[in-house]
Amino acid sequence: MTAATSTPAAESAGQPARAHWQHRLAERGVDRQLWLLTPALLFVVLLFLYPFFYGLGLSFQPTEGRPFSDYARFFSDAYQRATIWTTLGLSLPAALLNVVASVPIAYRMRGRFRGKRLVTILLVVPITLGTVLTAQGLLNFLGPTGWFNRVLTAVHLTDEPIRLIHNYWGVFFSLIITGFPFAFLLVLSYLSGIDPTLERAAATLGAGWWQRFRVVTLPLLMPGLATTFCLTFVLAFSVFPSAVLVGNPAGETRVISIAAYQAAYEQYDYPYASAIAMIMGLIELVVISVVLFARTRFYTGSTGGKG
Amino acid sequence: MTTGTKAFSELRLEGVSRRFGGHDALRDLDLTIEAGEFVALLGPSGCGKSTALNCLAGLLPLTGGSIWQDERRIDTLPPERRGFGMVFQNYALFPHMSVRANVAFGLRMRRLPKDEIRRRTEEAIRLVRLEEHAGKLPGQLSGGQQQRVAIARAVVLEPSLVLMDEPLSNLDAKLRLEMRTEIRRLHQSLGLTTVYVTHDQEEALSLADRLVVLRAGRVQQIGPPQELHTRPANWHVADFMGYRNLWSMRVQAAVDDTVAVERDGFRLVGDPVGPVAPGSEVIAAVRPEDVRVDQAGATTNAVPAEIEVVEYQGRELAAEAVTATGVRVHLRTDRRVAPGDRVTLSMDPQRLLVFPGDSAPAAGPAAGAALLEEPGLVG
Amino acid sequence: MVTTTAATGAGAAGAPDVRPRRRIVARPAAWFVWGAVIFFFLNLLGVVGSVLVSSFGQRWFNSWLPDGYTSKWYGEAWTEFALFQVIKVTLEVSLLVVGLSLLIGVPAAYVLARRNFPGKRTIYLVFLLPILMPPITFGIPLATVLYKFGLAGHLSGVVLANLVPSVPFVILTMTPFIEQIDARIESAARMCGAGLRSVFLHVLAPLLLPGMLASAILVLVRTVGMFELTFLTAGPDSQTLVVALYYSMSAAGIRAQQSVDAMAVMYTAMMVVLLVIALRYVNPTQLVARVKEEPEP
Repeated sequence: MTAATSTPAAESAGQPARAHWQHRLAERGVDRQLWLLTPALLFVVLLFLYPFFYGLGLSFQPTEGRPFSDYARFFSDAYQRATIWTTLGLSLPAALLNVVASVPIAYRMRGRFRGKRLVTILLVVPITLGTVLTAQGLLNFLGPTGWFNRVLTAVHLTDEPIRLIHNYWGVFFSLIITGFPFAFLLVLSYLSGIDPTLERAAATLGAGWWQRFRVVTLPLLMPGLATTFCLTFVLAFSVFPSAVLVGNPAGETRVISIAAYQAAYEQYDYPYASAIAMIMGLIELVVISVVLFARTRFYTGSTGGKG
Repeated sequence: MTTGTKAFSELRLEGVSRRFGGHDALRDLDLTIEAGEFVALLGPSGCGKSTALNCLAGLLPLTGGSIWQDERRIDTLPPERRGFGMVFQNYALFPHMSVRANVAFGLRMRRLPKDEIRRRTEEAIRLVRLEEHAGKLPGQLSGGQQQRVAIARAVVLEPSLVLMDEPLSNLDAKLRLEMRTEIRRLHQSLGLTTVYVTHDQEEALSLADRLVVLRAGRVQQIGPPQELHTRPANWHVADFMGYRNLWSMRVQAAVDDTVAVERDGFRLVGDPVGPVAPGSEVIAAVRPEDVRVDQAGATTNAVPAEIEVVEYQGRELAAEAVTATGVRVHLRTDRRVAPGDRVTLSMDPQRLLVFPGDSAPAAGPAAGAALLEEPGLVG
Repeated sequence: MVTTTAATGAGAAGAPDVRPRRRIVARPAAWFVWGAVIFFFLNLLGVVGSVLVSSFGQRWFNSWLPDGYTSKWYGEAWTEFALFQVIKVTLEVSLLVVGLSLLIGVPAAYVLARRNFPGKRTIYLVFLLPILMPPITFGIPLATVLYKFGLAGHLSGVVLANLVPSVPFVILTMTPFIEQIDARIESAARMCGAGLRSVFLHVLAPLLLPGMLASAILVLVRTVGMFELTFLTAGPDSQTLVVALYYSMSAAGIRAQQSVDAMAVMYTAMMVVLLVIALRYVNPTQLVARVKEEPEP
């Protein structure tokens, strides 16, 4: 590096050792360009890893009791423990429904047709608007005097307005409204990554459409579906604003993030809040690992498309 | 900033090596390039030829050895301070700049005066005959034109050394021949020193003053085209230089400059290359064009055979024949042979080279071919 | 799923039979799919539309549409929620986050796209983690740390918290973009005598500009819409629009429902404007598919 300007005589002195060292680094692909990583590394260490481990450490230093007593406190309190099932009871069905509903629709729409871009743009809208606005809309739309119940009574499906907000269903709908487009667009991009000639090849070999889907496309799509499920699940699992706004935050939609939030911002018990956040992360990790483990059982190589 | 335009009398590569995490892409390359020379690095993909070129350019740090420009060590310099020009396989033109701006780029980097930049740019564009395309973007040009721009961009700096990395492999057959002549013409008229990487032996033979054949990161042979063509150093080089017939055989007798070899009753007399002792495993090699068909008066190396496959190739036919003992012979002939014809093949003992086999006893041509195709970093 | 047996049955029945029967079977499936899509969009329209209509309504109670229309709620919301201040904060936060995350993310994306070095996979995974984790999980420890250092509760804390998912996002969107720029173009520039700085200035920057623009707009959209992290770190005078909306909603009953709706419409309008701009540069799926298919294990 610095030897550039020095004369051959000056080089010969310290050269062998340094050259050797440089050669070793070069072989492993290390050089000055890697310094470009520093800002990002610094960032991730200071703003992500440090807070995370700080939180982890904090969760073992409860304001009173032994290191694990905050965890014990969470699991021994039935009201707190129930949040786990509440959260899973909301997020697993919602994620599953979003992914399963996406498949046939994406399968039908994967080709080119007029208005496809419009459809995708419209689908992006609820995702970008986010859960807070969706909650506000759902309060109006699904409320006892909202349009949804009005239509139902108008066509005589019900006589009484159905209660759809401030309970499980309000939150569930909000997870569908934001989660379905998300899952759909992901599934669509995985589907268009599968080379369409594979299905044509299967057709020339005598496979009907269902067989083509079942034997060729679906197995190739499975890893993508697993990933989609994970991402949709993560979104649904961390549900917070809609659980408060369209749900019943003290009762049937008291999800785990509400428990964590209350510990931190209402009781100012940061160790307890950290412990709940860690439990939350752990549960999510378990679900994702199970899905990703199942994913390894499928073929995950190239699918030949423009992917 | 120093410009590299000052000439040198020789460029020395001493034990240049490059490893990629335990894999030797290039090992102990020793080579001296004289000013004005056209050197071709030749070998199949994965042989280390592009690695060698990138090390020379400075785009890849060495993991061993050194490079000297006369008495100045240059392998520690970054590429932009070596003053070499380079032409890339895929041209690597700046897609957002016009032809003119591409060619002028290096001159601008050297902060030359404006009118000199303009003068030299126009000159270089004229040299590659692209005057009417000077304002276009690279995307609007054909492959051949893009390659001309790349060459102009490299030579406009009057570099002390021009490096070319398979510059013709993305062109179609006809253009390739045209550009080949063009490159040789530029090399001569501008008095350049050129290092040229290719996997095409014909291209290397026709362009270079000297060839360096590489295999699996090691030099196999360095020499002028004539020598490589008629006298490859080992059977791997022979295989690469177009000796399509490679037969695993055993030496029966060796006398001075002839050697008799045999396998299953198939007997030949040839010219030994390297040490061959009676009883040792060898590989006999001959080019298809050196196999004669039904030549009157041919007695040595005359073998009866039956023609099996015939490919029409213009004035000649390429054919594959099988001898009574089942040996396959590739040949080229202007006789109109047809599948099923019974013919007598003959080979001039001077043109039949006998190489020592590899140290591994089972290594026949088939095993060798597998070695040559072994995957690795390209070049 | 009814179609399953029908289709396979037709397949077994013999060749001439297959075509007509399959078409009959396929049709209800198509109807079903399109029906589901239309039903979804109708509900979506209802959700957004009811907010919009309500924000212009005089009085809307137990009827299909409001009694009369007015735009007074907008004025009321503007003053009541101090929306000028809120929008100003939103823009400040978003622009700072966009700028900083590009500054930090693009060089890292460059190295990750171009180089191979020991530990690269680990580093890549660490960069991915913040977007794989739900914001609440790391947001609570992060907010705790930021409060500890006195950074939370005002603008800098909100910006820092929002950087956490934004920088990885920039890295994720820029890496494939840089990968598709041929590395040999940079080599060519260096062979022409350009130093690292010139290569960046004259060759890389112009080629990367579209990619940076795309990822900037994506980060902008996501930051404006980011609720959780901002919510956890914002103080009273550093709320972004979406957080202010949340607070006004959870304090329902105190203010007129319509002025909350008006605020929601303003937020929607802001997002739609950003979305329209964004869609000029990126394809819709990119707004969503934030995780590139990870390298196979």
